Amino acid sequence: MYAYDEIDRTLVNERVSEFRDQVKRRLSGELTEDEFKLLRLQNGVYLQLHAYMFRVAIPYGTLATNQLRALAHVARKYDRGYGHFTTRQNIQFNWIKLAELPDALEDLAKVGIHAMQTSGNNMRNVTSDQWAGVAPGEIEDPRIWSELIRQHTTLHPEFSFLPRKFKIAITASDHDRAAIKIHDIGLRLVKNEKGETGFEVLVGGGLGRTPFIAKTIKHFVHGRDILSYIEAILRVYNQYGRRDNIYKARIKILVHELGIEKFSREVEEEWQHIRNSSLQIDDEVIEDIRSRFTYPAYEKLPHMPDELRQAAADPDFEAWRKNSVAPHKVQGYSIVTISLKPIGKPPGDATAEQMDALADLADIYSFGEIRVGHEQNLALPHVAKRDLPALWKALDKLGLATPNVNLITDIIACPGLDYCSLANARSIPIAQELSRRFANHELANLIGRLHINISGCINACGHHHVGHIGILGVEKNGEEVYQITIGGRADEGAALGTLIGPGVKFDEVADVIEDVVEAYLALRERPEELFMDTVKRLGVEPFKERVYATR
Amino acid sequence: MTSPLEQKKIKIAGPSVVTANRTWDGIVVYRTAAKSWSADLSEAVIVRNSDEAKALLAESVADDVGAVGAYIAPVQVGDDGKVEPGNLREQIRRTGVTIGQPAQV
Repeated sequence: MYAYDEIDRTLVNERVSEFRDQVKRRLSGELTEDEFKLLRLQNGVYLQLHAYMFRVAIPYGTLATNQLRALAHVARKYDRGYGHFTTRQNIQFNWIKLAELPDALEDLAKVGIHAMQTSGNNMRNVTSDQWAGVAPGEIEDPRIWSELIRQHTTLHPEFSFLPRKFKIAITASDHDRAAIKIHDIGLRLVKNEKGETGFEVLVGGGLGRTPFIAKTIKHFVHGRDILSYIEAILRVYNQYGRRDNIYKARIKILVHELGIEKFSREVEEEWQHIRNSSLQIDDEVIEDIRSRFTYPAYEKLPHMPDELRQAAADPDFEAWRKNSVAPHKVQGYSIVTISLKPIGKPPGDATAEQMDALADLADIYSFGEIRVGHEQNLALPHVAKRDLPALWKALDKLGLATPNVNLITDIIACPGLDYCSLANARSIPIAQELSRRFANHELANLIGRLHINISGCINACGHHHVGHIGILGVEKNGEEVYQITIGGRADEGAALGTLIGPGVKFDEVADVIEDVVEAYLALRERPEELFMDTVKRLGVEPFKERVYATR
Repeated sequence: MTSPLEQKKIKIAGPSVVTANRTWDGIVVYRTAAKSWSADLSEAVIVRNSDEAKALLAESVADDVGAVGAYIAPVQVGDDGKVEPGNLREQIRRTGVTIGQPAQV
């Protein structure tokens, strides 16, 4: 966990007071909506179809149990009893009243939670690996650097009026769980030949209307120089990024139009001006941040405790363990992913009761810590293996033990037309129907790892471009139509999916996905060949033929 | 169902209303003949040509304290005079999400 200092607490509290005054002036008519819109967006408040939507930041996906309980409290007191975890380590409340928002913010501020950097054309919530600090083999805890960047960029005037929103993600593991290649800046912690810590810096990734995979701009930037290097990138973006066309304003367009070489030269030139300035980070600064992250006092535990050995005889436990439990850097402990994808339910939603109960379980079994991943699932990062059977039973009672992590029903979906004012088509009902179609756990296991991503419009909040199977809802002649892509991925081998053909109607989507899956099962050479391996080996043509032969 | 946020020209093809979200709580409201806002679609003033729509929208936008994000939305008027939303987006805005909400299921 990270302990905020007095500066952070003051900043968050002052922000609440400012927003309370702004809301008061808005409701009295002193501020027009045009004047107020920017202010509310800077506090994570959007206007959606049915109500205001309040987006709260969960920096680098780390939550303490008192913070999760505060989120449950907000869901219960100010909303309709649930929240929606997003694809960028935020939580959204969909039914909030503007008049009550300052109170909700104040309640969250008491536990160090806020909504800064969750909206607007500024630096957004810095995201990271939800297994940060506990994943075996990582270079070091990427949250230390995430926190450094958070501190530097929060309310930074130079980054508050960018041409468009700007997102940074950081990973420190070979396997990228933070989707850094689809971010404006992606940072991968590496060591150089001297053993010094630094970053491979990628730039220009992003999805939306014009998707791009980020390109490496520099293979090694020393840790002490990372703020100045990021600032150099942002200065080039601020100077050359387009402000005349919202669809061409993201840095990915600038990088694409200039080319990575020219963009890189511009950044390098700017960097030389500021590299040796006050932006250079003293070791003490990093050490101070490092010291504010506390880690559990792990016990010395056996690799295979008796409790786990005995529970292995239960096939239901084993089904859950196989998909939800991952190795921990400390012997005797595990990382447990908690699926927020119960069969037939909206992906990423959790009720206030579930949040409260999960906080209790985290106190008992995970040293009071919870993580949030971009796949819209949660994680308990420090679970003793001996406790896994008891934890599983407790999660099952809460409806939080669906054994489908990384399987076909572990679907990522945006809120879509059921909530979002930008959407053209519904996402959640598609996810629900697919979840029901593939509810049989034996079938889902037979299919193996397969990620479906669904977006309800071209803005791609459901990251459909990088789904193994991507589903994009559009509108055609007043009807919802869905385009299917195949072959995308969001990890270290990030790739954009390929469109397989004309869009299909709402009622046909689940049938089409069944056809794709059946084609895969028939085409794979052996059970271990994953869907993506088959797509890589054969391309999309066989799937296209299967889907459109009879349509 | 193109998002009304992309509504550039006011051109209506049939009966329409002006809809928005009430400022203090965000609920869906419709402009009424009494130059006010109502959560009841049946109380909405119906416009049938672009000039009427423009005038109603201008009046609605000017009432910035009462509601925000005003735009023109299509409706269907039955033979019995009953007014229904004219597309799926507006249907969802009127009747709510098409999915069960977690706290209710």
